[in-house]
Amino acid sequence: MGIPDVKKYIRQETMPTPFCRGCGHGILLHAVLIAIDELGMDFKNMLFVSGIGCAAWIPSPHFAADTLHTTHGRPIAYATGAKLFNPKLDVVVISGDGDILSIGGNHLIHAARRNMDIKVIMANNRVYGMTGGQLASTTPHGGITATTPEGNPERDFDACRLVLACGAGYAARHSVAEPRKLIGIIKKALQYKGFAFVEAMTTCPTHYGRMNKMPVPYEMIEELKRISTPGTRAQVMAGAAPEGKIYVGEFV
Amino acid sequence: MEGCAACVEGALKAGCNFFAGYPISPSTEIMNMMARRMPKSGGVFVQMEDEIASIAAVIGASWAGAKAMSATSGPGLTLMLENLGYAFATETPLVLVDVQRCGPSTGQATRPGQGDVMQARFGSSGDYETIALAPWSVQEMYEMTARAFNLAERYRLPVFLMTDELVTHLHEVVNLDVPVEIVERAKPHGQPPFGDPKTNAMTPMPCFGTGEKLLVTGSTHDEWGYRRTTDPEVQRKLVERITEKVTKDREALAEVEEHNTDDAETILVSFGFSARSSYAAMRMAREQGHKVGLARLKTLWPFPQGAIRCIGERAKRLMVVEMNTGMVQREVERFAPCPVCGVHKVEGEPISPAEILKALGSFAV
Repeated sequence: MGIPDVKKYIRQETMPTPFCRGCGHGILLHAVLIAIDELGMDFKNMLFVSGIGCAAWIPSPHFAADTLHTTHGRPIAYATGAKLFNPKLDVVVISGDGDILSIGGNHLIHAARRNMDIKVIMANNRVYGMTGGQLASTTPHGGITATTPEGNPERDFDACRLVLACGAGYAARHSVAEPRKLIGIIKKALQYKGFAFVEAMTTCPTHYGRMNKMPVPYEMIEELKRISTPGTRAQVMAGAAPEGKIYVGEFV
Repeated sequence: MEGCAACVEGALKAGCNFFAGYPISPSTEIMNMMARRMPKSGGVFVQMEDEIASIAAVIGASWAGAKAMSATSGPGLTLMLENLGYAFATETPLVLVDVQRCGPSTGQATRPGQGDVMQARFGSSGDYETIALAPWSVQEMYEMTARAFNLAERYRLPVFLMTDELVTHLHEVVNLDVPVEIVERAKPHGQPPFGDPKTNAMTPMPCFGTGEKLLVTGSTHDEWGYRRTTDPEVQRKLVERITEKVTKDREALAEVEEHNTDDAETILVSFGFSARSSYAAMRMAREQGHKVGLARLKTLWPFPQGAIRCIGERAKRLMVVEMNTGMVQREVERFAPCPVCGVHKVEGEPISPAEILKALGSFAV
């Protein structure tokens, strides 16, 4: 299968993107548009909602569609209001792990519990990139960040496990190191009737990479491949991933 | 009808078709009634997980085309402040009812207060202007709620209905047949949503899902919504537009109802339920031969500085009556050419006419 031309979905005047050299968000941006194109979705009917952070800049301002760039942590709540008032809109939230899971965690929990018919694509680079590489709830134990210079003393978080526990009918995870698989789960999520969650593991070489001995972007892509291991829904729910590994796949 | 019920009627009359809220005393009845009435009138009701989510949902719905509102009290308003700032910056119409209670903090949840005057005006970060109305009767809960929606549409911003626990729970006769203007949204096509490029005047509110490819962001943005976070001129124009659209109509917006002020030596200045007690005290004082008048603020923001200057030129003194430690008094002092004093009470109880008369008694009028 070739790569569709997705230029028509992009505001050309916003190119090139502001993302750093080696940032994984560019791959996710492209993956989302390929998924939409291959599904033949009506772009005019879509609403992209994002919060604050580098990942929130994936749809805003690059997508030539209705975009709602909100306050930090709140895109899911804004999206809920828009979708409830106009259910005909295809509402997709694209934002980062800090935005969706930390400050926005409560809204994620309730959207999943309510089975709100919105799709949430969470770019997880395991750090707060935009503000200079601070600790995230997804930073691995021991990870060096701007606020954990001696190594993260906390445990991290499995977003898919949380979302499944809240009753979500579709949760899946892949990384930008395997874009075709990522496109596949994004397509499934976009077609799912009800709340659907996609976690896209991605890279921040500028901050997390540099602080954790992976300054070269390709080293982070290789790391994502190394730590990804196929897992089932039951394995994710049990929280039984082997040390240093992350389950990928569809957890249905 | 109870004040809370009249508020709901006024909202529905004005075309409110989206309510998102969270329970908080003493505003909860408004939400409960909306839960029953909104679906029946073809609108959408949702109870969200917290106040932050409520105001966020209201803003999202407004951009999807809704006349949206929420109702809360002081602590809930505090939680909503960040997203209210977003609504001011993005020029999002919405109505927020604040049923003020005794604070600070959790305070006395079921008792009245008027302590959110400054929070409504200055609570969110940065510079913006707002419109805040202060009903004093159940009839005004009906009419001013409807007016709030019209002002929100006309000026593209959040409009506060600053009521309190007392007015919200009063039972009074209401005339629901009074003519009520209803302002509808333009939903234009192809126009810049955030200011005219030449004049910087406010532009009409568009809508998601109409092919507009809208760019809505709380970051500083140009007339099309593109982020311009390093451009001082764009920043200046944004703040200028969202403030001047209100200040240019300051005198028309800032309504004051005067009673017996022409020959008054002391003019009481009050709003909401405190104005009811002030009105009674004024009448009692007049019966005793004292020249007392009342300027009742129907609008708190933009502050009626013109009216205060005028009555301050006529009277010997102004006495501000409010259930806080002097929030409106500070504003009155800024503009009144005569001495200003106050009757303050933060006890979770209304200020009584007797208390006002006692304060008046200290002046030989």
